[in-house]
Amino acid sequence: MDRQRRKPESYLDEALRQDRARGRLKVFLGAAPGVGKTYSMLQAAAAKSREGVDAVVGLAETHGRAETLALLEGLEILPRRESRHRGVALSEFDIDAALRRAPALILVDELAHTNAPGSRHAKRWQDVSELLQRGVDVYTTLNIQHVETLNDAVASITGVKVRETVPDSLLERADVELVDLPPEELLERLKQGKVYLPATAARALESFFKLSNLTALRELALRLTAEGVGARVESQRRAQDPEAIWPTAERLLVGVGPSPSSAKLVRATRRMAANLKAHWIAVFVDAPALSPPLRAAAIENLRLAERLGAETLTITARSVVEGMLDLARQRNVTRLVIGKQARPRWRELLSGGGTVDELIRRSGDTDVFVTTGDVDAPAPAPGASVPGAAAPALEYGVAAAVVAASTGVCFAMVPFFAPTNLVMVYLLGVAVVAARGHRGPAVLASVASVLAFDFCFVSPRGTFAVADTQYAVTFAVMLAVAVLISHLAVRTRAQAESARLGEMRTAAMHALSGRLATTRGLDAILGVSVRLLAEVFDCDVVALLPSPAGGLEARAWSGAPRALDEKERSVAQWVFDLGQSAGLGTQTLPVVEALYAPLLGGEGPVGALRVQPRVRERLLVPDQMLLLESFAHQIALALEVDRLQDGARKSELRAETERLRSSLLSSVSHDLRTPLAAILGSATSLLQDAAAPGRELLENIRDEAERLSRLVHNLIETTRLETGSVNLRKEATSLEEPLGAALERLDKALSGREVSTRLPEDLPLVPLDAVLLEQVFVNLLENAARHTPPGVPIDVSARIADGAAVVEVADRGPGLPPEDLDRVFDKFYRAGPAAGGGAGLGLAICKAIVEAHGGEIAAENRDGGGALFRFTLPLGGPP
Amino acid sequence: MTPPRKVILIVDDEAPILRFLRAALGDAGFDAVEARSGADALKLAAARKPDVVLLDLGLPDMDGLKVLTELRRWTAAPVIVLSARGEESDKIAGLDSGADDYLTKPFGIEELLARVRVALRHAEAAGREPDPVYEHGDLRIDLAARRVWTGKKEVHLSPKQYDLLALLVRRAGRVVGQGQIMKEIWGSAAETTPESLRLLVHQLRHRVERDPVRPRHLKTEPGVGYRLEAPDPGAG
Repeated sequence: MDRQRRKPESYLDEALRQDRARGRLKVFLGAAPGVGKTYSMLQAAAAKSREGVDAVVGLAETHGRAETLALLEGLEILPRRESRHRGVALSEFDIDAALRRAPALILVDELAHTNAPGSRHAKRWQDVSELLQRGVDVYTTLNIQHVETLNDAVASITGVKVRETVPDSLLERADVELVDLPPEELLERLKQGKVYLPATAARALESFFKLSNLTALRELALRLTAEGVGARVESQRRAQDPEAIWPTAERLLVGVGPSPSSAKLVRATRRMAANLKAHWIAVFVDAPALSPPLRAAAIENLRLAERLGAETLTITARSVVEGMLDLARQRNVTRLVIGKQARPRWRELLSGGGTVDELIRRSGDTDVFVTTGDVDAPAPAPGASVPGAAAPALEYGVAAAVVAASTGVCFAMVPFFAPTNLVMVYLLGVAVVAARGHRGPAVLASVASVLAFDFCFVSPRGTFAVADTQYAVTFAVMLAVAVLISHLAVRTRAQAESARLGEMRTAAMHALSGRLATTRGLDAILGVSVRLLAEVFDCDVVALLPSPAGGLEARAWSGAPRALDEKERSVAQWVFDLGQSAGLGTQTLPVVEALYAPLLGGEGPVGALRVQPRVRERLLVPDQMLLLESFAHQIALALEVDRLQDGARKSELRAETERLRSSLLSSVSHDLRTPLAAILGSATSLLQDAAAPGRELLENIRDEAERLSRLVHNLIETTRLETGSVNLRKEATSLEEPLGAALERLDKALSGREVSTRLPEDLPLVPLDAVLLEQVFVNLLENAARHTPPGVPIDVSARIADGAAVVEVADRGPGLPPEDLDRVFDKFYRAGPAAGGGAGLGLAICKAIVEAHGGEIAAENRDGGGALFRFTLPLGGPP
Repeated sequence: MTPPRKVILIVDDEAPILRFLRAALGDAGFDAVEARSGADALKLAAARKPDVVLLDLGLPDMDGLKVLTELRRWTAAPVIVLSARGEESDKIAGLDSGADDYLTKPFGIEELLARVRVALRHAEAAGREPDPVYEHGDLRIDLAARRVWTGKKEVHLSPKQYDLLALLVRRAGRVVGQGQIMKEIWGSAAETTPESLRLLVHQLRHRVERDPVRPRHLKTEPGVGYRLEAPDPGAG
């Protein structure tokens, strides 16, 4: 049995590969410019086009080469988006035009391109992502140096750092086709001028096109392609044979810090994880003494890891080593990855070995991988930019005042105490200043204290000269104490600050989840959420949910309710459709004044938020963004839960009501029907051999009992129809059947009348509930019989018109009061006081039944007198 | 010597209904036996071996359908289900569980007696060769020769139309459920649709009925099935 079970991730892989709702990406990968990527791409597209695939060119850089231009012939080329930026005309790929055109396949050259400012996405690969997400297949080209995780490797080969990178995750889901050209040939082409190089970069590229560089790059490209093929083979093998050998799950943990080398570390870990097919976790150990800019940098690196597919965590621990080791143990991490730190030798001696050494020493069974960090960009030493580094002038004033006060006290003490004790007074003063947490004033205080002490109390007094060298110790100690205390105070304060920040975040999250837990109903949840968001982030918040009419509609506001304008709505819609943030602080539409975040629940987006900060910079801090994302997630989950609970509650209530109603109905109908059945049965028994005088009375009893019985039936039927407890059992049926059954049932009531029926023989079968339709005919015929003198004929006819069967029941009686034509189908309506019998339910039932079939019923007076009832039954729809 | 009176078991928990049924059936020459609960019904059915059972589906102690299933384990005696209008699903369930016919409450006594007689005739005919000729009004069907006439005119039917008619003739006077017809004509209800049956009935009616809207032979029981009227007495 277990042999049949497949690993869930293998399904996922297959699903990703076979997901038809998503477009397929094909990347023509080259080792360097000039290998012929665009040419190959166009060739492939032309072949597809010949096969009949709807392929268009979104953007192709031909650089004016004839052979490439020739390939463009016969392909539809979409117009580019022209814009001007700082006086320079820019032409970009127009994603809106592409989406409007909605081809099956689109060609977008140069995946790594950075879009002009003001474009929807900052990067072209984001345009491509969106196209894929919207189900369009894309062909594109890419040079190896733009692959995010190879970026560093390429930089170390060529010495040129490329800023434009494409995330690996995009490539992993793509078919990668290597466009290979041996380096020698490429150089030959270069010599012949066949390779287009932008004039501005010619010099830089000259050093790039070296045989050694090209060979190394080609090897990288070949390896990347081979890895991709290998992964695909693996996923197919897994799909076919679930028992295929699968390496035991590795789990990687990388420590992320604020330094730029951390980003490199993240990329390296990403490659390692990809090669091992392992889950990887990136953790930022939030050290208490970290300044806001450093924390922001660290979180930026963490977000990079998240983009590259890592699980990301921020933890607070006493030290990086402790935090990482704890996490590694908790999560069964098999490999720890950290960066080598460049530290001056003396620091290492002072603190007894660096983080790396400590981690290796304490890691136990876990493997530790140390990769190089950038030597020229060392991790800033902790405390290098601690808060309070720039102490306010006030603090220096305080320091001066304290020293002055100490000097005053000392003057008062001089007659009674030895000078050594006076030092203690100064020391106390320095401690007081240092404890305020600013190093500068503390140092100032200690120096000033030493000088003041020296000047006033050390002989020779009134000069800074020192007679006794013993005082040198006093000075040194005082200085050291000042620095030490101020350092400790600074740390304590920073710790308190970080704890306060963390506490604020936790408190905010706690407040949100607490309030959400006690709130019911979509609007209430949204209301609570936007108010809290506005409070925590100091911003103006609008929450949008999908409206029944389609599109999003604003449902809750932190400020005054207002409708979003067209543009704002379209951004929100985009965010909702793609489940990605956009606007302020993101890579998509960064120029708008608000951040749009999707409310991502467990089953995809449930809505969107528009967050407009009062102070832009305050929201743009990465950990605020991260917090906002967690908020949005919480809200989305609460909405989802509410929706589920609401559904469950409603269906529970419905079931309960249904149960009550049906038991009430059946008991009422039983209690009313049983006596009627007994009366009718007894009367008919007696009638069998009754003699003339009593016979008439018995017939009266029988007829009235039958009428009462029909009335009861109508009453019960009305209730059932009104409360929706009738299950329509529609089957394609000939109208003859319910009409015939009704005529049979009304045999007695209609006796003495001519009922003409005109149903064309070719009348198609009509989807209807035969039992209910029989009731419609019975009620209409009975109505006609009741309101017309005996002997007046009734006509029933049917025809087909406008995709519906049109049925008419008409009489030649007195007709209906014209002012009542609209009211005859109302419940308890009775046409005039003279109308015999009936509780005014029959026609109401007809209306309910016809409408339940999706048809319409109407009454009118006939030309030449008499009433006509016409109803329609749609032919279409499910039978 | 008069033949023994036929025994009819009435299963209903309502005293007024029992009272009039007992009186009416007694007058018509039957021996009426009453059961007010499902358990009583099963006991009396075993003790008195009724010729026909009239079964109300709403019983105080157990589901009427359960009683029906229990009865069908050991007796082939015709069972006529009594149920109210608007409870078509009960009627279908009853037919599926082995009932021979049903009667909608409230009903006149003539209707009841007619159904009881049809049931008795079918019970007697069981095991014997069926009458080869069916006659009702102007409709005449010769099962042996596979020929059909209306009045003096012979009617030509397609094989399916004839199969349907023959099926109904064999159960003339009793309702035949839609599902059962589909199963017998097409082999299995899954292989066809109710529409095909409707169409077949429609065609058949236009062949054998003078006015297909007011059929005199082949009646519709809306929501349940079809009924071919019992043959004229004395025919065949």
